[in-house]
Formats: sequence, C-alpha cells, structure tokens
Amino acid sequence: MRRRLLLAAIAVVITAQASLAVQPDEILDDPVLEQRARELSKELRCVVCQNEPIDSSNAGVARDLRILVRERLVAGDTDAEVLDYIVARYGDYVLFRPPFKPATYALWIGPFVIMALGGIGVAVMLARRPRKIDAGAVALTAEEEAKLDAMLRNRDEGTQG
Amino acid sequence: MKRVLLFLPVAIVGVLFGFFYWGLNPDRDPNAIPSVLISQPAPEFDLPPVDGTKTPGLSVNDIKAAGEPVLVNVFASWCVPCRAEHVVLTRLVEQDGVRLMGINYKDKAPDAAAWLQELGNPYERIGSDYSGRVGIEWGLSGVPETFVIDTSGTVVFRYVGPIVDTGAVDEIKTALDQARAQVTGGV
Repeated sequence: MRRRLLLAAIAVVITAQASLAVQPDEILDDPVLEQRARELSKELRCVVCQNEPIDSSNAGVARDLRILVRERLVAGDTDAEVLDYIVARYGDYVLFRPPFKPATYALWIGPFVIMALGGIGVAVMLARRPRKIDAGAVALTAEEEAKLDAMLRNRDEGTQG
Repeated sequence: MKRVLLFLPVAIVGVLFGFFYWGLNPDRDPNAIPSVLISQPAPEFDLPPVDGTKTPGLSVNDIKAAGEPVLVNVFASWCVPCRAEHVVLTRLVEQDGVRLMGINYKDKAPDAAAWLQELGNPYERIGSDYSGRVGIEWGLSGVPETFVIDTSGTVVFRYVGPIVDTGAVDEIKTALDQARAQVTGGV
C-alpha cells in the first residue's frame, strides 16, 4: 500500500514537471488531439526564449501559440497544416527541424561535404605512404655478402689489435 | 600540384578568419529573427478602438487607405520600453509628419486610455488587440515592434524593440523615405 502511494506520488511529480508550462485551461478534452498538440508544440521554437520549444516555455507568446495550435487541430487541420500556419507568420526559424530547401542546402549537406573531403584527404595520405619493404626482394647478392663479411672481419681485427 | 596543396592551410585559415570576422561583428545580433512579413502584404485584421479613447479602431484597410506610407507601432501600457520610445514617436509625428497608427497589444482598455492620457496620443488610429491574436498575425515576438507599410499595403520594414537611439530613428526614416520614393517613382 505504501509502495503504491509512493509510486503514485512520483508519477504525479513527473507528469507535473513534464507539462509545467502547459496550463490546465489550455489542455484539450480529446486526449488524441491533445497528444498531437503536445508533439507539435515540441517542434516549435518560442520566439522570445529562443532555445525553448513553446511546449515548455512560460512566455506569453508561447502560450498564445500553444492555444493557436490546439485551435487549428480542433478545426480539423493536419499536423503539416498547423506547422504551415505558424511558419507563414513566423518563418522557418520557428521550426526546430529546418526544411530541406535551397536556402538550407549548406546546413543539411555541409557536414557531409566536409566529412567527404576529410575522407578523401585521409585516403590520399594512406595511398602515398611508403609501402612496407619486402626483405626478400632486396636481399644481398652472394658477392655483397662476401664483401660484408670481409669488412666485418677487418673491423674486428682492427679493434683487437 | 604539390605547391598548390602547400597553400591549402593558408586558404583554410583565410576562410575561418572571414567566418570569425563575420561572427564577431558587434552590429550582428545573433538573436535577430528574420521576418517573413517583409515584402509581403500586411496581414488581414480589423480591431476595435480602445474603450475610453476617442481614437478610432484600426483595420488593414485603414492602413491601405492612408495614401502614404504608414508607421504601425505595437505598444502596451505595461511595456516599459514603449514609454521610452513614445516621445520619439510623438516627435516623428509632430516634426516629420509621419502617419502613425497603433496596435494596443494585450492591454486593458482603462490602462491604455490612462497611459495615452498621461503621455499624449500621437496615434491617428489605435486597434485594441486584447487577445494578442492579431499580434501573432504580424509575427510579433514582443512589444514594442514597429512596421513600415507602403501605400500598396506591403510591409517594407520591421523594427523589433524600442525606437530610441538615433540609429533606429534613421532606419525608420530611411524606410519611410524609400517607401515614399517608390510611390513617386511608380506614378
């Protein structure tokens, strides 16, 4: 019993924190629509506190936008239509995931281009590195061996004498 | 080919230097949000007047009917920077003959009326946007914000924040002048 109470208390605290900014009067009666509204709100940037989604922002404009998102959903808009509605007024900037279009090509493709260039650089470097020397291919000839022996013997005799 | 490659680090440093130069420019505001309204028609809206004032309400048609560029200023009595720019706006109207129309954003009518009573009313029209819904149509992020609308009803300039320093006033005047020049040039 105690355990169950504790779990219930924890659950209440967690859910309360998750929806700290969304006030009770904003929440829709339809749980499906409300869930969609929550998901959409997480995709939208608050224009006042710019690194926060409107879902967790306490700014007045964020609240207005949350209510607007819910109104559009109740009116029967699809998720994309809701986002388009907000983007038409606030621009792509409010989307946390910017769309893929000419103005954002550098943003989306840039990292891959840089990685490809780096990869090419590494490949060129590896290709140019001197290969391992094959000892058998550069072995001394019998004549050279004899010369070497003679030189070594000469040196040894020199140190002794 | 090898000689060219030797200059590659210099080229990379050059590109980085350019990027840092751009990034460290003190005039660049990294928080500035590009407005989608620029070169777009002003949003459709029709707002009632503020109760307790004799100033008529404001709709998009009033702006278009002005016959010259209009300064649309979004303000509220609870907004302290609005108080700071009020005197500048008044001067623009009285000395430069600027047509100024206001949107009273999320403000209680008695508060707004008292504010205008105290500071004076330079606005020829004021629409009361109590719900803030029209503010969203304008892509508002806060108050004050000021827009320049040309005679065709197109938004040509947006200024976020109070118009207090001379730089801001100059920007507004330049935008208004350009909007006027466009009219005379077109006719």
